[in-house]
Amino acid sequence: MATLQLRTISKRFGDTEVIKGINLDVNDREFVVFVGPSGCGKSTLMRMIAGLESASDGDILIDGQRINDVGPADRGLAMVFQSYALYPHMTVADNMGFSMRLAGVPKAERRAKVLEAARILQLEPLLDRKPKALSGGQRQRVAIGRAIVRNPSIFLFDEPLSNLDAALRVQMRIELARLHDELDATMIYVTHDQIEAMTMADKIVVLHDGVVEQVGSPMALYHHPRNRFVAGFIGSPKMNFLPATLVDTTPEGVTIRLPGGDERHVPVDGRHLAADTALELGLRPEHLVLDEQGPLSGEIKVLERLGGQTSLYVQMGAELITIMADGDVAFRVNDTVRFGFAPERAHLFDGEGLALPSLQQHPLAGLTRHDNRAPGTAEEPA
Amino acid sequence: MTTRHINAAPPASRSRQIKQLVLTLVGWAVALAIFFPILWMVLTGFKTETAAIADPSFIFSPTLESYQAVNARSGYARFALNSVAVAFGSTFLALLIAIPCAYAMAFLPTRRTKGTLLWMLSTKMLPPVGVLVPIYLIFRDVGLLDTRTGLIIIYTLMNLPIVVWMLYTFFKDMPEDILEAGRMDGASTFQEVFYLLLPLTLPGIASTGLLSVILSWNEAFWSLNLTTSKAAPLTAYIASFSSPEGLFWAKLSAASTMAIAPILVLGWMTQKQMVRGLTFGAVK
Repeated sequence: MATLQLRTISKRFGDTEVIKGINLDVNDREFVVFVGPSGCGKSTLMRMIAGLESASDGDILIDGQRINDVGPADRGLAMVFQSYALYPHMTVADNMGFSMRLAGVPKAERRAKVLEAARILQLEPLLDRKPKALSGGQRQRVAIGRAIVRNPSIFLFDEPLSNLDAALRVQMRIELARLHDELDATMIYVTHDQIEAMTMADKIVVLHDGVVEQVGSPMALYHHPRNRFVAGFIGSPKMNFLPATLVDTTPEGVTIRLPGGDERHVPVDGRHLAADTALELGLRPEHLVLDEQGPLSGEIKVLERLGGQTSLYVQMGAELITIMADGDVAFRVNDTVRFGFAPERAHLFDGEGLALPSLQQHPLAGLTRHDNRAPGTAEEPA
Repeated sequence: MTTRHINAAPPASRSRQIKQLVLTLVGWAVALAIFFPILWMVLTGFKTETAAIADPSFIFSPTLESYQAVNARSGYARFALNSVAVAFGSTFLALLIAIPCAYAMAFLPTRRTKGTLLWMLSTKMLPPVGVLVPIYLIFRDVGLLDTRTGLIIIYTLMNLPIVVWMLYTFFKDMPEDILEAGRMDGASTFQEVFYLLLPLTLPGIASTGLLSVILSWNEAFWSLNLTTSKAAPLTAYIASFSSPEGLFWAKLSAASTMAIAPILVLGWMTQKQMVRGLTFGAVK
């Protein structure tokens, strides 16, 4: 049982405020991912939770206890570092047992716990090796093993996969998800890779310039981004943005004029806006459909065939629009294509970059990774 | 001192080979030029006093006459023991003070850390003779004149800036993540230093210690001025051969050879460490 609460946490280095009053609740056994571009403060936030940085302001609570002034080792947390930070002069077994050695745990008990962690992580044959003699993935597992033996209430992962090659990253991603299920522990994970966030998180916290842009399940962030930043950050390839003009609002949605002059009805709430307001239309590449009757058109500049899919990069005025199309489309570079979109897939953003709230909740928006496990057992999202 | 010849890779072109050859020759020439005085000293030590002041010559019949005379006159062992005690004692003390100091500067820097480091180094640029009188008087008053303790203190102070600087550079190179991981694992600052920092920077600490030993061993200014007999190290031993009875080149050379031999051997054995230590951080 471990919950974490952040109450108006902030961090200043000199005059620069890198974390600006963040509030956050992490529930028991939740897998929470902090995601954001580099410099957004996500690592600093994690280091404050770990106790490696002090908070300039605000409270950090674990299970309701304020721990701002508790040392890193006494917070009951374990951290996996980006660089693994293994002790190079110790064997794998000693690396994993170091915390227990410091705590004065008897040798036999230490050995037993290390073996147990090694079993979970399939490290048994490597226990007597030094980190130097391990591959990247193995080092990563030792770092996780070192965290496991501490039996922490919360695991912290600081970009643990960014030093691995692409194939290994996918594999470790799966292992981490499996580990979370097996250990049933609360985990906080920092990454700049939105794919890692989408695949592993129960709850994603999108950070930008030291503030939380949005908190929600992966599907909620994907289908209902609260602003333009989240919309552009979550999803791969990135969302396309086009200028559009508000024509009319009704209780069922808004009517907008597209760059080509066509008008479309989008089911979002725009009642607070006046006609002729300039808006931005956000369309995900995978939601654009090639359609000869479509309202949008442009010239193909680049064409990437991935086999199963083809990415089309289409010039539309000043914008280069990405379209994910079928693998077998017969277009060539310089061809002009027409395309459209389903209105309920469209996102609209006002002049301040805030999304106009969707009038139709996406059916999967409340889903967490946990809910994928067995149908019918999903808890209702809080 | 030696030079290292780096063999050209097999497919090297002809001009490359010539360049290598020239560089090698220049290297040897410079090394020999630097080494020559030492060589000459060693050779002179094996000459008779007459041969020593005769026309310089490499050809002579070697004799141990000077060594016997030197040994008969004074106890080499006593001076050597003083040198060992003072060099290692001051190095140990310097490391003991410098390790926590460099730790703080490397891992908990403040706005003034850089300035402090520069200031420490700048003290090395002051001529020691400038503080000779006050230090002599202080030593006299507290009874440290001609004591090993006195020399150990003065050498520790003398080497501390360099030792802190070198350790600082080595510590800076240590990934801080590892120390933070230790902190997460429950290590106190002392445990962090003892279990993680020291074992991982041991080569650097060793070469720093070695440099400190060598500097202390070779130091002559303070040892000549602050010691007379009881605590006099080998540098004072050499000096004792130069003055009273005029210059006896052969005996002086023999004494000098005996004085520098231990540190020369130590330097030779640890050459690799030393070079690594001194150029550390320079190529990063």
